[in-house]
Amino acid sequence: MNERRRVYFDHNATTPVHPAVLEAMLPYLKEQYGNPSSGHQFGRAVRNRIAEAREIVAAALGAKPAEIYFTSGGTESDNLAIKGYAWANRKTNGGAIVTSSIEHPAVLEVVKYLGKNGFQTRILKVGPDALVDLGEVREALDAGVALISVMHGNNEVGSIQPVAEIAAMAKERGAAMHTDAVQTFMKIPVKVDELGVDMLSLSGHKINAPKGVGALYVRKGIKLTPLNHGGHHERGVRAGTENVPGIIGLAKAVELGVANMEENARRARELRDELERRILAEIPFVIVNGHRERRTPNTLNVTFECVEGEALLINLDMAGIAISTGSACSSGSLDPSHVLMAMGIPHELIHGSLRFSVGHENTREDIDYVMRHLPRIIASVREISPLWDVKNQRVVSVEEAAAGARIARK
Amino acid sequence: MSQDTSFGYSDIVMDHFTNPRNVLRTSEEEYAASGVGMVGNPTCGDMMKVWIKVDDQDRIYDLKWKTFGCASAIGSTSMMSVMVTENGGMQIDQALKIKPQDIMDRLGGLPSIKIHCSVLGDKALRSVIQDYLKRTGREDLIHEGKATIVCECLNVTDKEIEEEVLEGVTDFETLQERTKISTGCGKCRPSAEALFETYRAKYFG
Ligand SMILES: Cc1ncc(COP(=O)(O)O)c(C=O)c1O
Repeated sequence: MNERRRVYFDHNATTPVHPAVLEAMLPYLKEQYGNPSSGHQFGRAVRNRIAEAREIVAAALGAKPAEIYFTSGGTESDNLAIKGYAWANRKTNGGAIVTSSIEHPAVLEVVKYLGKNGFQTRILKVGPDALVDLGEVREALDAGVALISVMHGNNEVGSIQPVAEIAAMAKERGAAMHTDAVQTFMKIPVKVDELGVDMLSLSGHKINAPKGVGALYVRKGIKLTPLNHGGHHERGVRAGTENVPGIIGLAKAVELGVANMEENARRARELRDELERRILAEIPFVIVNGHRERRTPNTLNVTFECVEGEALLINLDMAGIAISTGSACSSGSLDPSHVLMAMGIPHELIHGSLRFSVGHENTREDIDYVMRHLPRIIASVREISPLWDVKNQRVVSVEEAAAGARIARK
Repeated sequence: MSQDTSFGYSDIVMDHFTNPRNVLRTSEEEYAASGVGMVGNPTCGDMMKVWIKVDDQDRIYDLKWKTFGCASAIGSTSMMSVMVTENGGMQIDQALKIKPQDIMDRLGGLPSIKIHCSVLGDKALRSVIQDYLKRTGREDLIHEGKATIVCECLNVTDKEIEEEVLEGVTDFETLQERTKISTGCGKCRPSAEALFETYRAKYFG
């Protein structure tokens, strides 16, 4: 009963490297050290394996190998897609760029940067379910746009955007479409032709491959200006000697992911739903954030009213449970989650939000363990909150709390 | 102090966070305080409510609190409660002299981004003492005069902005460093900046 575990529910932040992935990588950290650009056999052996890796990633996306560019991760893929496209296509529709307000900073900050450097930009609103409004997308595209970037699945609340619909509208109007699929790749089907996108970002460390490797899909015919100028690596789009072990690891993780996607997604969804059901049943004053159906299968974002997320995070961490929060107090900035803010969630509810993200190694016992600690932690933090009525076990408003202060004054 | 077990907090902060002192565990009615104060706002992520009991020598012999906020907000209120009540309790004039820095020092420091939490602890204390002074008909002892709050989150008043200007603060960033104004939700920034400029113009324009 009092056994102490370490339970990791933060897979949207990063995932452990799969043992088979590590195994596949090891030779490329040891004897297979050739530079893939070299003509000799050391180089050739590695070059061939990179070509195979490219085929594996391309096949998973339903793309051609020549459309896959290996990068250092999701952030670089997003930067390369957006800056690279913006710089190479300034003349298309005035070079205007559209994105959504709930993107990862790797997209949002790039668009803001371009906005400060002469590009027209527009940031789409989202509804309370974290989805963009297709009417607003159409209106934005009608104004003339070079590139629209809308993420596939959101990292904080999991909401899945209508990417195919947006891509179709973009295509009709001569705009290119990029999507950040870092959080959906290997969780739900991600096929470039079904989505109709021109560019798509993915990252290794969210799919049980190592950190520091990722890929960008770029549809044939799309022109990008490189971020890195240098050698001819990645067909001149991304100079720099390849991260060989990382690329091999990424391909292995994709292989495993493709083979087990349905099973993995089903298990994740079962555990996530079980956790959600138990939290709602066993803890009062809880709100689920984001779209309940259109959601990545492993993500649960909940608000516990009248408590602050960092206090919860630390208490959970002391119990060995790893999660994340949208609260300002733990973000390193003073702003609460931009995603939850864009959804119109009041600040006080954002401060009490926690994200649980399930991964392959989680089990039912992990859920039991969380539910042995979470209700007690919430109760103890509420007991010292001026916004919790201990006697009646309910949340009080600021006004009520202030009125209480006046009553005591006699 | 190891970063990986304490989120950048000192052992003292963690101790007060995990084992907070002087939390109000009864109902307000039962406690029957001599003064009540509330500062901050859940919108900004921090809110504190403080109750004191004062004897007829103006000595605070008991202080209880409740806080909505992060570990440093909880730790700061807890430490403030200890400082006020230790050694038989502080006189109110002594308690009014507690500065955010004093609370921080006793906590063994706070991460720079959390300093505003100690400011709030200090403000909560002043607010509850002011309430007590009002109730005992001694508004004249309240030095703040009739100040209006500009920054709801950190409870910074127009008076304080004025004082800072008079002390020679010439730019908004420094004002923020000193008062933490507009470092919560940030909504008050335009009005705070305007007010800051007004005082600058009034005295140095
Ligand atoms: C949606 C999304 N995009 C981009 C990234 C950045 O990926 P990376 O950490 O590989 O740079 C992340 C992960 O943090 C993410 O969740």
